[in-house]
Amino acid sequence: MSEHVTLPEGNVEKHTTTINLGPTHPATHGVFQNIIELDGETIVSAEQTVGYIHRAFEKIAEHRVPYQITTLTDRLNYCSSPLNNFGWHITCERLLGIKTPKRVDYLRIIIMELARISDHLICNSIVGVDSGAFSGFLYLMQYRELIYEIYEEICGSRLTTNMGRIGGFERNFTNEAFGKLERFMKEWPPALKEFDEMFVRNRIFMDRTIGVGPISAERALNYGFTGPNLRAAGVDYDVRIHTPYSSYEDFDFTIPVGSTGDCYDRFLVRDQEMWQSMEIIKQAYQKVQEFKGAEAEVYHADVPDFYLPDKKDVYTKMEALIYHFKIIMGETHLPVGEIYSSVEGANGELGFYLITDGGRSPYRLHFRRPCFVYYQAYSELTKGGLLSDAIITMSSLNLIAGELDA
Amino acid sequence: MALTNEIIRSRLMEKFGEELTGWEEPYGMLTFTSDKNLNLKVLQFLFDDPELGFQFMTDLTAVHYPNQEGKELAVVYHLHNLKENVRIRYKIFTNIQKPDVYTASALFSAANWMERETFDFFGVNFVGHPNLKRILNVEEMEYFPLRKEYPLEDQKRTDKDDEMFGRD
Repeated sequence: MSEHVTLPEGNVEKHTTTINLGPTHPATHGVFQNIIELDGETIVSAEQTVGYIHRAFEKIAEHRVPYQITTLTDRLNYCSSPLNNFGWHITCERLLGIKTPKRVDYLRIIIMELARISDHLICNSIVGVDSGAFSGFLYLMQYRELIYEIYEEICGSRLTTNMGRIGGFERNFTNEAFGKLERFMKEWPPALKEFDEMFVRNRIFMDRTIGVGPISAERALNYGFTGPNLRAAGVDYDVRIHTPYSSYEDFDFTIPVGSTGDCYDRFLVRDQEMWQSMEIIKQAYQKVQEFKGAEAEVYHADVPDFYLPDKKDVYTKMEALIYHFKIIMGETHLPVGEIYSSVEGANGELGFYLITDGGRSPYRLHFRRPCFVYYQAYSELTKGGLLSDAIITMSSLNLIAGELDA
Repeated sequence: MALTNEIIRSRLMEKFGEELTGWEEPYGMLTFTSDKNLNLKVLQFLFDDPELGFQFMTDLTAVHYPNQEGKELAVVYHLHNLKENVRIRYKIFTNIQKPDVYTASALFSAANWMERETFDFFGVNFVGHPNLKRILNVEEMEYFPLRKEYPLEDQKRTDKDDEMFGRD
């Protein structure tokens, strides 16, 4: 038995323990570091360090032409890349005053809602993993695969999609793409239902998440929360409703809201949003099918200055060859303007603040990344809680390192 | 009654008069500017006034205009009134030799990290900020990389001609 050591006179005993959570910790799902001060198992303070994967996108964007910036947006929230791609294209279209055809809008909505599902699916099943239920994660992963197969059919890539162009899509959706979409629409709802049954009224899960990491609506607004995290606190703000883009006004869907802003409410809001996304996809697919004849072949707006011509035209037509060259070499000048445009990303309002001075590339481009704004509340959310609660709070906030660090 | 840009403008003019200048509406968003020392008064008024109620800070960033002497750095606030669903943009300009701007972090908790980011990349010194240090770049960095005088890549490189691709 060891004796209690008495400290020499004048020394003060340190009662708290400092631990490093991250930057490479299996429970942080990304490159996050938190220096946590613990009193026993209770958190006294948490200080976040961010920037481990900062890649200076805003600086790079000042030297790139619009189509090259799309690939940068892929790498923000890489769990739902198409949402960022279309957010950027919509910003450019607003700047240039391009009106996209309805069919393009509806096709985009199908993809954007699929992206939202694939993002929420990861986030919610990770909340499950961090509360000790691993099987939900493995089970849902195969349905993300179905979504990625749809992406692959449309644009050729899966994770960092670089999908679409200013004005629309690079090619029309194939029948295989619609076939894969139909398969997903058929197989996904039963799987999500099963996932719900496993978690939503699960006593262990509820005890683990209710009252953990809560935030009031007032604090959430002051912290600049957006997306599911804000809605879980009871504020029904959604860019899709407040500033409709891509014809969201043509759709009938509801915005789920929570009340306490804790981990359980965030989980439920995301869960209900996945069901709502399915409703939107169904409506959009029906609208797409209603286009007949020549209308059913429309997949981009007529913007020759920014939309690459068909390859066969490039080989045979003079004008197409000129446009092809001008676009690829970035010879097309952007009009002078200043615009803030935002879309409802999977974890909040993803904004693009674009200033152009008449040159080929933006004068300044700033990304309003939702998780960079709300991650600063993490310290306040976890204070006074247990260390294990801090882990589950982090995963339920849906932090994506790529977006956080830009 | 819906909160239109005209109402916001007349309400602000009533309070601040000629102190607010540079009224514009690019793509429908009301934009204005003021002296940099007025920024907290303007933001507080926009926040507190029952008619205006701009209580949500969407975004805060800076822009570098090296050719505007004495007004090289612009700090840009994007505010949102969620009830009326109106956005406005408020800019202040500061010189680059002494870029001191009052912090808005006491009014908006959201401004804390956004101001740190702005400091990190542009060197805007937010006076009164509780923890103004670099956030995305390394602490040892000695310059502010988003200022226009810093090139994207090492200028000694000869294998690449950037002139053909975008800005030279």
